[in-house]
Amino acid sequence: MKIGDHEWRLDSIGPHIWRGSMETGQLLALSRAVKEEGGQLVALWGSDDRHLNGGFGIHVALLTGLGLAWVSCVLPAEAPAYPDLAHIFPQADRMQRAAFDLLGITATDAVDERKWLRHNAWAASEFPLRKDFSSLAARRSPLPEADAYPFIYVQGDGVHEIAVGPIHAGTIEPGHFRFSIIGDRILKLEARLGYAHKGIEKRFEGMELATGARLAGRVSGDSHSAYAWAYCMAVEMATASTVPERALWLRALFLEIERIANHLGDLGYLGNDVALAFGFMQFWRLKEDWLRMSIKLFGHRYLFDCITPGGVATDIDAAGCAELDALACRIEAEIRELKIIYDEHATLQDRFADTGICKPELAAQLGLTGLAGRASAQTWDVRTQFPQVPYDRLDVNMATQRRGDVLARAEVRFAEVYESLRLIRDILKRLPAGGIHAPLQPAQAACEGLGWVEGWRGEVVVAVRIAADGTLDRVHPHDPSWQNWPLVEMGVLGNIVPDFPLINKSFNLSYSGPDL
Amino acid sequence: MASYLILQKILKTGFVSEPAPQADPALRTREQALQAEILKVFGQAVAIRHVDAGSCNGCELEIHALNGPHYNIDGLGVKFSASPRHVDVLLVTGPVSRHMEAALKRAYDAIPDPKWVVAMGECACTGGMFGESYASCGKISNVIPVDVEVPGCPPTPTALLQGILAAVSKGASNASG
Repeated sequence: MKIGDHEWRLDSIGPHIWRGSMETGQLLALSRAVKEEGGQLVALWGSDDRHLNGGFGIHVALLTGLGLAWVSCVLPAEAPAYPDLAHIFPQADRMQRAAFDLLGITATDAVDERKWLRHNAWAASEFPLRKDFSSLAARRSPLPEADAYPFIYVQGDGVHEIAVGPIHAGTIEPGHFRFSIIGDRILKLEARLGYAHKGIEKRFEGMELATGARLAGRVSGDSHSAYAWAYCMAVEMATASTVPERALWLRALFLEIERIANHLGDLGYLGNDVALAFGFMQFWRLKEDWLRMSIKLFGHRYLFDCITPGGVATDIDAAGCAELDALACRIEAEIRELKIIYDEHATLQDRFADTGICKPELAAQLGLTGLAGRASAQTWDVRTQFPQVPYDRLDVNMATQRRGDVLARAEVRFAEVYESLRLIRDILKRLPAGGIHAPLQPAQAACEGLGWVEGWRGEVVVAVRIAADGTLDRVHPHDPSWQNWPLVEMGVLGNIVPDFPLINKSFNLSYSGPDL
Repeated sequence: MASYLILQKILKTGFVSEPAPQADPALRTREQALQAEILKVFGQAVAIRHVDAGSCNGCELEIHALNGPHYNIDGLGVKFSASPRHVDVLLVTGPVSRHMEAALKRAYDAIPDPKWVVAMGECACTGGMFGESYASCGKISNVIPVDVEVPGCPPTPTALLQGILAAVSKGASNASG
C-alpha cells in the first residue's frame, strides 16, 4: 500500500480495508505520512493480548486515499507504552486517555494525561479491560464519594463559569459541560463525558457471536443498524463467511431508513430550538409515520435486531415494497414543502446562519467527520468513496457545504434525506432475489475482522477478534462522536450561551456511543 | 410569506392526534400509602422529569416521539419539566451506570413527596443486555424505589404512556366524575 513516497506493508483484507502490524516507531511515521496525504485518524483503541503473545496491543484505523488502514503494534506486558499520536492527529487525545483508563497502556509524551472515561467506578490502579480484572468483584466495592476532575479554568475580570449536567434540562443523554463566559459570550467550553460508561467492551468478552450483534446494536440506539452492520461485517470477514446478496441490499435499506428517521427528528428539533414549534410538530409527524411503517413492514420501529451475523432477520415482499415506495414519495413531497418554509422563515435563517461555525481548515485539522464534517467541506462519505456491496452499485451523491454553521448542517441533512429517499426507491426496484441469511463458517482458530459503515452521524467502525472457541475475545465499537465532540467545543466559541442548545443539536452527537 | 405557508400547511395537515390509551395497571410494581388521596385531588395531571441513567439513547427516541403530535400528551395533562423540584414522576431510562448513580439519587431526593418512579425499557427493568458490572448497577430498583416498570427495547410511546398513566391511574375516575 503506497502512502506518500513509501510502500507500507499492509495487506488487503476486504474491499478498501487494509491490515498490518508494525513497530511503534513505524506507526509514528505512517501516521505522519497519512496526515501529509490529507488523511485522518478514525479510531484508536487498545487490547490485552497477554494470553496470545504475552503483551498488550495498540490499534489505529487510519483513513487514507486507498481506504481504511487498520494497524496494530505489540506492546510489552511490563510498562506498555507507545508514542503519542495526538500531536499529529488531535482527535487521538481522548481515545489515548480512554485506552489508558481501560488498559493501562500509556501514550508517551502526550500533552494531556488526565483521565477520560474513568470517574469513580474503579481506581486509578485498576484497568477493567485487562483479562484478569474481575468485573463483578469491582461492582461489589463501594464507590468513593466524588469524582475530582481537573477542568481548565479561565481567569480574569468578569469571567465566570456555568456548570451544566450530567442531567440536562431536556430529554438528552448524560454529560457535563463547563462553560467559561463573559457576559453572554462563551470564552471556553469543556465537556466532561463518561457518565454513560456501562462497561460495553468488557461485556463483549466471552459472548456468543449472535448475542454480540444485539449488544453492538445497542452501543448507540439511534445508530442501531450502522453498528449492527459494522459488527456483522467484521464477524463475517473474520470467519470468511459469505452473505447472500439480497441480505446486503436489505442492510443498506435499513441503514437508509435509519438515516432518514434521525434526520427527520433533528430537522424538527432544529426548528424547535429557534422557537418554531411548527417545525417540530411537522417533522415529528413525518418521523412517526416513518417509524410506523418500519414496525409494520419489519417488526420494529427502529429495526432493532433486523441485521444478524450471516444476513438479515426480516424480508420484504412486493406489497411491502409498494407501500414503502409510496410513503417515500409522500414524505419527500412534504419535506420539500417544509424546506421552503425553513428557507423563507426569517427568524430561523437568522438563528441558523453564522451560528456555531467550524471552518473547513479547523475541521481538517481536528478530524471532523460524518455529516458535520461534510457541512464543513470534509468530503468523506464511506458510501461514496469506499463503497461496500450494494453501495458500489448505487452511486451515492455526497452532500457537502462549506459554511460549517448550523445552517450548513441543516442543509446537509435535507440533502441527505432526499438522497436516501432516492436510494430507497432505487434499492426497492433492484433488490436481488434469493435467501436473506446464510450460516456463518465456524471459526477454526483465533481470527479477526473489521466493519466500516457510514451511519447517519458518521462512520462507525467495529473491530472484532474471535477466540479459538468461537466466542468474542475483544470487540471495539467506535463512534464518530469521539472525533466530533471537540469541534462542538470549538464551534461554540464567541457564540452566546442561549445558542448552545441549537449548536449542540445541529451536531447531535452521541454520549452512549463514545462512553461505551 | 413564511407565515402564510405555515398556516396553509397546518390547515392541510389537520388533526393527527389519536385517542389516549388506557392505563395499564399491570405495570405497577408497588402501591404507595398516599396514592389514592393525592390522586383524588390532582387526577392524572402529571409533571415528569426524565433522567437518562446510562441508556443507549433508544428509549430517549421514544420519549421524543411521545412529545409529537400523534400522542397529544399536553391534552392529557402530561408534561415534561426541566426541574425535579416541579414534578410528580421521575422517568428513568437505562441501566444505572455507576457514574450516574449519585446524580440519579440526587434527582430523586430533589423531587418533593409524594412521588412516583417509572422505569422505562428493558435495561431499566432488569439491567438488560448491560446487566451488572464494574460500570453498571443494573436495573433502576437497585438504586431507587420504583413504582411502575415498562418493559420493551425500547417500549413504544403508547406503552410508555400506559405506564405513566398507570402511575397516576387510581384517581383518574374520581377526578373526572
